[in-house]
Amino acid sequence: MAGIIEDENDDRVPISLRPEWSDVTPIPQDDGPNPVVPINYSEEFSEVMDYFRAVYFANEHSSRALSLTAEAIGLNAGNYTVWHFRRLLLESLKVDLHVEREFVGKVASGNSKNYQIWHHRRWVAEKLGLEARNSELEFTKEILSIDAKHYHAWSHRQWVLQTLGGWEDELNYCNELLAEDMFNNSAWNQRYFVITRSPFLGGLKAMRDSEVLYTVEAIISYPENESSWRYLRGLFKDESALYVNDTRVSSVCLKILKTKSNYLFALSTLLDLICLGYHPNEDFKDAVEALRTWDFGEQDSDIARTICSILEKVDPIRVNYWIWRKSRLPQVA
Amino acid sequence: MGELVADKHVRYILSVEKKKDSFESVVMEHLRMNGAYWGLTALDIMGKLDTVDTNEVVSWIMSCQHESGGFGGNVGHDPHILYTLSAVQVLALFNKLDVVDVDKVTNYIVSLQNEDGSFSGDIWGEVDTRFSYIAICCVSILHRLDRINVEKAVKYIISCKNMDGGFGCTPGGESHAGQIFCCVGALAITGSLDLIDKDLLGWWLCERQVKSGGLNGRPEKLPDVCYSWWVLSSLIMIDRVHWISKEKLIKFILDCQDTEKGGISDRPDDAVDVFHTYFGVAGLSLLEYPGLKPIDPAYALPVDVVDQIFFSK
Repeated sequence: MAGIIEDENDDRVPISLRPEWSDVTPIPQDDGPNPVVPINYSEEFSEVMDYFRAVYFANEHSSRALSLTAEAIGLNAGNYTVWHFRRLLLESLKVDLHVEREFVGKVASGNSKNYQIWHHRRWVAEKLGLEARNSELEFTKEILSIDAKHYHAWSHRQWVLQTLGGWEDELNYCNELLAEDMFNNSAWNQRYFVITRSPFLGGLKAMRDSEVLYTVEAIISYPENESSWRYLRGLFKDESALYVNDTRVSSVCLKILKTKSNYLFALSTLLDLICLGYHPNEDFKDAVEALRTWDFGEQDSDIARTICSILEKVDPIRVNYWIWRKSRLPQVA
Repeated sequence: MGELVADKHVRYILSVEKKKDSFESVVMEHLRMNGAYWGLTALDIMGKLDTVDTNEVVSWIMSCQHESGGFGGNVGHDPHILYTLSAVQVLALFNKLDVVDVDKVTNYIVSLQNEDGSFSGDIWGEVDTRFSYIAICCVSILHRLDRINVEKAVKYIISCKNMDGGFGCTPGGESHAGQIFCCVGALAITGSLDLIDKDLLGWWLCERQVKSGGLNGRPEKLPDVCYSWWVLSSLIMIDRVHWISKEKLIKFILDCQDTEKGGISDRPDDAVDVFHTYFGVAGLSLLEYPGLKPIDPAYALPVDVVDQIFFSK
């Protein structure tokens, strides 16, 4: 069963048989007379929660209450109330937060898609302050080494960078992850986050040139990669004229079109460029024509229309989108 | 193509979580309020809300309200904005919003707005655009949108917009279809859809449809029935839903049904749960599948319920 920390599950003594709990009367969950969403809980879970309610309602700040919250979290890490109470206890009992960090790490390893765990982790890191920086970056790295698109881990990492710092190696880290998997959209997002927000890199404008080089290489390796094409466009955010005039952008489109394979994003990017004012030369027209290996019946009047016709054919699931794009093209005189 | 086995889904929802020791029953304990919303809204879309005793549901919901005005996930649990919206939505389903102290609930939501316009989920301060949506949707249903700072709330949401047209959980966070629904929904409710680059976002959203017809939530991820809600409702709100193949998506959702025991799963042949059953049925409703009540893409409630909220007085 997910959610249970394994080494705490063996040889478990029911709380009712533990001498240190003999003075507490458990309080059962009141699910109402005829529950809408009836739930039958396991005995172990019910017992832990019944005792939890007892200490919670008595507002008992004790170390046994603290270990009880750990037990409850081990059974279900998603309960906000248990985490809340645990934070109150950590504060009033002045618990060493390094120990708490270990605990969260352990819970997260089996249950990392849980909002409460990450929120708690952030709370601990915030209390520890700057000294937590490396451990938090390391921790997210570990999680990301298992699941490189882990949304919570990325959120936490962005928070650490912005709050505690550690930007210096982040672009390298993105390089590493993208070298492992060029299709990792989270890593591309992080890359954009770094080049636009790192205090050490000078911002998008300063980074644009080297990033275009990097991205064009990435596109040539995997022209079917949605993420790298979007990133390329993002490098020219609010700079359409630069986008249209950067020959590296149009050239990479042409290069991919000429291979006649995985050319969907190259075609749609070329269409975007044309819509933004780019004038393709004969090479482009020939390359696009060469992709028209079937008979369309009617001849399109210009290259942009031909591109849309091809995309309607090769991307049938989005045929209406391409028809709409075609309908928006200016009429040729 | 198969058909929607609505009767079996109704039976599944009514019997859900009866299995002892199931993992789902353990995790459901604290979010029973969300479970109630998913299950009851799905029932209403299928025209079977009358199989449930209104008074029992309403009195249970009210027993989950905290003195702060917020609702907990179950009786005796701490309040959280997540459960507060579910509670208000379920009361709206039953046309019982008159049982709540509207200002008390509103005060709770108002107290969670931060200086930058964002919303925290509870007193512990976790910030996420999900909570912006929840807050805005909730106070709107209660006719109290004027009590929050809408301008700042919208500004914060826009600060989470990415270069691909999508939205993340905080500024700089990766675009994710679930977060996009929340941001687009909040902008729709506040009349701010003009701040979205609809063509760019629409293109990103329609790229989420994969060969099987299902939708994923981010590039290169597996399709999942829950995204038929998140992606589809967003596409409808920005008026670009015709850009995807509806037929293929309907087939994908129907393929995720347990046609024997009822219920819908994330992907074909996986285990069903009430969460995906709701999203599957709600997705089919958005796709105008016959026999289902239409659902409002922003409020995530049946259209007749939304009409009742805004046009009955």
